[in-house]
Amino acid sequence: MAWVWFHRFGSPPHFYRLATRLTPWFAWPAALLCLAGLIGGLVLAPPDYQQGDGFRIIYVHAPAAWLSLMVYVVMATSAAVGLIWRMTVAYAVSASCAVIGASFTALALATGMLWGRPMWGTYWEWDPRLTSELLLLFLYLGYLGLRNSIDDVGRADRASAVLAIVGVVNVPIIHYSVIWWNSLHQAPSVMKFGRPTMPAAMLVPLLLMLAGFTAYFVALLLIRARGELLRRERNAHWTAEAAGATATG
Amino acid sequence: MTPRRRRLFWVLGIVAGVGIAGALALRAFQQNVMFYFDPSRIAAGEVKPGQRFRLGGMVEQGSVSRTPGSLEVRFVVTDFKHQVAVRYDNVLPDLFREGAGVVAHGRLDASGTFVADEVLAKHDEKYMPPEVARSLQAGKSAAAAPSGEAR
Repeated sequence: MAWVWFHRFGSPPHFYRLATRLTPWFAWPAALLCLAGLIGGLVLAPPDYQQGDGFRIIYVHAPAAWLSLMVYVVMATSAAVGLIWRMTVAYAVSASCAVIGASFTALALATGMLWGRPMWGTYWEWDPRLTSELLLLFLYLGYLGLRNSIDDVGRADRASAVLAIVGVVNVPIIHYSVIWWNSLHQAPSVMKFGRPTMPAAMLVPLLLMLAGFTAYFVALLLIRARGELLRRERNAHWTAEAAGATATG
Repeated sequence: MTPRRRRLFWVLGIVAGVGIAGALALRAFQQNVMFYFDPSRIAAGEVKPGQRFRLGGMVEQGSVSRTPGSLEVRFVVTDFKHQVAVRYDNVLPDLFREGAGVVAHGRLDASGTFVADEVLAKHDEKYMPPEVARSLQAGKSAAAAPSGEAR
């Protein structure tokens, strides 16, 4: 049947083995892509005509902001899969996303504030983009808080999944906030239809950083999901085998 | 209907419901979400006299004048349809330029001048190296030179 792969994917021991095997295939590219992106962005790219060298914070800010949204979509999607198919692996993935996503969101906000002070003239302004991104941070923190306040794993999974799914409406609001409303934040330079408003020497390092951050997220997610699965299935037969395999191998 | 399918519809229903509620709420609060007013909205009388608001638009070319011996600066904000004169008495941000975007916070005085107590530079999404900007500028001013004094 066509669904066999899906149910295989949902089996904790199978997912655990797959995640162990895949982790280096994301971790190493992440390190290399970020290194190349940083050299390209901080050394090789020309300064901007108005912002000078100050624009280079984009090489951390934009990938962090992009990941803050992508991690949320992954978290909400896997929460929905967990809710619909009652799948432990999906819940484990969802729970593993929250801390990573909250970190990327905080990084995006912090780098944006550091850039905003000299360029706009203010650290913070209640602009639609900034406000909705701050709301995203609170959604992540709310998700974490809700999970931590419920002792029963199954109940924590279901309650936090509903919160994650409700919060997903914020994702398009964040992305389109700069287009729908007058906003202090500039419109997207890369993530839009049409040509990027940036020359290749600036754009290529940015795309490398985006790819590097994404690979870093996947590697981190696989590692965290493995830990989460071991913790949840600590009494299962396969867990002892998996632990034994890592101890001897 | 299997229980799984029922749960699927529940999840889709939650997303659709919250999405519609969010869209309606944002439509209803359109005015409040609006971060700034542009000069056309002010000309249309959307701002009550004495109300504090944000004014956004482009700094008109050649409109910036400074009062010698003080920080006071006057400029004109335009959206290429209407203009608003602005007075400001503080330090301007780095990216404040003639022809660039700006968002000012303050209120209109009796004569229709916008008295700002905070001026922020609005950056656009264009990035380019300085040499490219210089050659673009040179090309533009060469093209604009014959009609440049018309205003």
